[in-house]
Amino acid sequence: MQAIRIIGLGNHMRGDDAVGLLAARRLRERVGSRAQVIEAETAGVELLDMMNAADTVLLIDAVCSHRQVPGTIHRLDASAGPIAPGLFPRSTHAIGVGEALELARTLGVLPNKVIVYGIEADKMDIGRPLSPEVTHALHEVVELVLQEIESRVCTNSI
Amino acid sequence: MTETGGTKPEGEKKTRTIAVGTIARVEGEGSLRVTVQDGAVHDVELKIFEPPRFFEAFLVGRHYDEVPDIVARICGICPVAYQMSAVHAIEQIFGLRVEGPLRDLRRLLYCGEWIESHALHIFMLQAPDFLGYESGIAMAKDHAAIVTRGLRIKKAGNAIMTLLGGRSVHPVSVKVGGFSRVPNHRELESLKDELAWARDAAAETVRWVAAFDYPEFTPDYTFVALCHPDEYPFNEGRIVAGSGLDIPVDEFERHFTEHQVSYSHALQCTLRGAPYLVGPLARLNLNHDRLTPLTRQVLADTGLSLPLRNPFHGIVARSVETLYAFEESLRLIEQYDPPPSPSLPVRVRAGIGMACTEAPRGILYHRYRVDGDGVMREAKIVPPTSQNQGRIEADLRLFLPRVLDRSNEEASLACERVIRCYDPCISCATHFLKLEITQVKE
Repeated sequence: MQAIRIIGLGNHMRGDDAVGLLAARRLRERVGSRAQVIEAETAGVELLDMMNAADTVLLIDAVCSHRQVPGTIHRLDASAGPIAPGLFPRSTHAIGVGEALELARTLGVLPNKVIVYGIEADKMDIGRPLSPEVTHALHEVVELVLQEIESRVCTNSI
Repeated sequence: MTETGGTKPEGEKKTRTIAVGTIARVEGEGSLRVTVQDGAVHDVELKIFEPPRFFEAFLVGRHYDEVPDIVARICGICPVAYQMSAVHAIEQIFGLRVEGPLRDLRRLLYCGEWIESHALHIFMLQAPDFLGYESGIAMAKDHAAIVTRGLRIKKAGNAIMTLLGGRSVHPVSVKVGGFSRVPNHRELESLKDELAWARDAAAETVRWVAAFDYPEFTPDYTFVALCHPDEYPFNEGRIVAGSGLDIPVDEFERHFTEHQVSYSHALQCTLRGAPYLVGPLARLNLNHDRLTPLTRQVLADTGLSLPLRNPFHGIVARSVETLYAFEESLRLIEQYDPPPSPSLPVRVRAGIGMACTEAPRGILYHRYRVDGDGVMREAKIVPPTSQNQGRIEADLRLFLPRVLDRSNEEASLACERVIRCYDPCISCATHFLKLEITQVKE
């Protein structure tokens, strides 16, 4: 079986920004040996190391496009081409998710398949809990990722 | 940079506005406004929104042992610096001195942070300016081997942070009195091969950056850094200025004054009313005789002579310090003898304590007042980017006349390059950086 890796990004102190971390935590309990799970609070160039040697990466993070209602789940195929770099909130450290994925592509180290699940955030203030919309999306994205893994494991075993 | 404005008549005056949405390749976001009148730079205002101010308030009422984990959250790039200044200030209050292997481990952890921070800035943030690329990613297309080397150097720093701090970002093992866990011999030894590779790669990096083309630009700086009798400074030293100042850390507030500027959330800090420079360039100029022989030799071989007075040479200073940090890490690992206990016993007492350590971007001052129950009653944090803020503005005033005849976009890009020389950690010191140049003609 080819390696599937789940990477959940987020900051657990910043409201809806925690959603990627929380999703990864739940998935860890449910995927068993079908995938490796990484919870990470940074999304800079370290993302290249996190993706290292994986065949398929399923990346979960909060996004703020300001064009969709909170809780909307975007499914983006980063292996097909660049994803909108302005979508992700964590650009305060110069290199965000979009940039890190492009760097990996440029250096020829992007895994075969990289699917990004971006969950539209509402509030990301320090100390806030998850908003109701994003809490709902958290349940949903966990199921979506499980389905994705299921389909990939089946495809690979044929 | 995301947008630029244009020329527009404003009443009887002709106003040229250059607005830059977000300054690229700095840690975080902030804003800059430049006003030009009659062809001369009239005003330069760096606007900073500063989380440390909030953290000063968060800390009040918290128990002292929560402080290292709280302040680590001020910045994802330099959490160790915040933790170090915090634990040293609190240890001063409790009359505790952390010596021997525990002190060495703190120094090693700090090496890891310098490496991580410096490598990112050198390879991904500033080198593209010298090689003519708009981003690190664009540079990686043509210089994949160099960028890959840079990422591997950074990763060697991450490995130190992960081993000593428990993880590579926001380390969790630092506490008042020492660490919650210390590594054994074997764990530290496991880092050595990669650190040795990275040391050689860092020496190569010094030679690489020293050969860049640098603009002639030498403002009259007052350099400020910690100085220690026998060490290149990390955790300890007196505060020294090139102008002759040489004071113990607890006199910081007598000489350095913070003041509010109307356009910024951050306080600006001055030394006897004038801006000054902290960070790698200042540290190197004031401490080069405490570098290792190899590091000194690699620097001397570049043909550059000290003191370095050009802010663009900050990338050289950062590369030299990265090389030093690898050498120092290897030395500390070589001589490591695990301490009998991961931390010293703490006896709480009321008091006031101050500490200053060398964050990657320069001196970071903390002052705390703790009551007899170990609860924080007052906190003051002066981050390096706030201290450099006035100096960045002064540099822009000097640099701008060279680029005013260029297009709005080019002038803005030039300003960004000057700002990036400082590697401003605007995520520590600001929230949003927009650049706006207003040109007023009578």
